[in-house]
This record gives sequence, structure tokens and C-alpha cells, in this order.
Amino acid sequence: MSTDSRFVHKIWQEEELSKMVDGGVPFPMLSDAGGMIGEVYGVYDAAAGVDIRGRFIIDPDFVIRAMEVLTPEVGRNPKELIRQVKAFQHVKETGEVTPSGWEPGDVTLKPGPALVGKVWEIWKP
Amino acid sequence: MAEMKDGCVKPARGPMMPKPSVDVPKEGSQVKEVERMHAQVGKEAPDFEANAFISGVGFKPVKLSDYKGKWIVICFYPGDFTFV
Repeated sequence: MSTDSRFVHKIWQEEELSKMVDGGVPFPMLSDAGGMIGEVYGVYDAAAGVDIRGRFIIDPDFVIRAMEVLTPEVGRNPKELIRQVKAFQHVKETGEVTPSGWEPGDVTLKPGPALVGKVWEIWKP
Repeated sequence: MAEMKDGCVKPARGPMMPKPSVDVPKEGSQVKEVERMHAQVGKEAPDFEANAFISGVGFKPVKLSDYKGKWIVICFYPGDFTFV
């Protein structure tokens, strides 16, 4: 989503993105002309008239689970986005929690009094 | 196939405020709390409707809540024809 119109999105998709991604980017490209949606999500830069780099993960219950907001100079890391989505999915399915850098298959933690002071025994990054 | 009708200007609803609660303020209460809608982790995502271009579909208004029940990622970026 950006403050560009849907027409600009179409041309970007057809002229550039479809040459980088086979079949083009498959996601809806949303127009936030006026920045009202970006304002609500805390990413609208009124002086520049654009939405800055903001990324939000929303779970199936419509609850925001993660947000990452960067000033425009630095691009993002899709691998980290996918890792976070997988971790939140795992937590939702199992009720376990995932320590830092967790990847699917790694050890998870079961929070509770028994874990206090014992993380070092279970989790060896 | 019929040509899709789509004029130059097409308002979308933008941010959609939740329905105001019907609670009547308590007697003597001077301050009426105005709930400001904003994104926060652990809280419900603010709903919105935006005009969109979808590859293979065309122009279509998209409402965030249409995707309720799925995992959703929203990605804001400063402008087309730049990196994201």
C-alpha cells in the first residue's frame, strides 16, 4: 500500500514488477491516496505526503501481532517477516512460545514457574 | 467481456471507525472519552477500505476485514517504482 493511485500501481506492475516476478506480484496493491489509512497505522509522513515503510502481521482473529516501521532509506527483510509469521502460527497452534531467532523445528519453551531459571538448560542457541 | 467502468475519481471509505457505543455518559461526567483509532500490537486491527489494483483481476475496492480468518500482512512503502 502506498499513496500512489491504483492506476500507477497497474503500470508499475505491468512495466516493472512483472519483469522481476513471474506473473507479477500476486497481492492486491492498495491505494492510500491522502494517507488516511497510513495515519491510523502510524506510518503517514504528512510533510512528505507518503506512507513510510511499515509492515504489520494480523492474525486470523484480526489482532495485530507484529509491526515494523522504518524510515525510507533501508529496505526490509522478507525472510524475517516469514519467520515471524511461522512463529506466530506455531504459537497459536500449540500455546508454546518461541525464543529469539526461532525457526520451525527448533526448541520451543513452555512458560510457567518450572521454566524460571531453567531456560539455559533447554535453549542452546 | 464488458469493459470495467472506472472513473478518474473513485472515493474509497478509507479508515472505518467502529460503531460508536451506545453507552450514555454517567451523570455529572464532564469529560467524554474520545477513542482514537490507531494500530497497536495485541489489539484489533483498524479496518479500512482502499481502492486496489489486483493482477489478473483489475481494479477493485478491498476491505481489510474481507480477509478476516486468514493471516494478513500489510506492507506500506513510500512510492511505486522504488524498492520496498
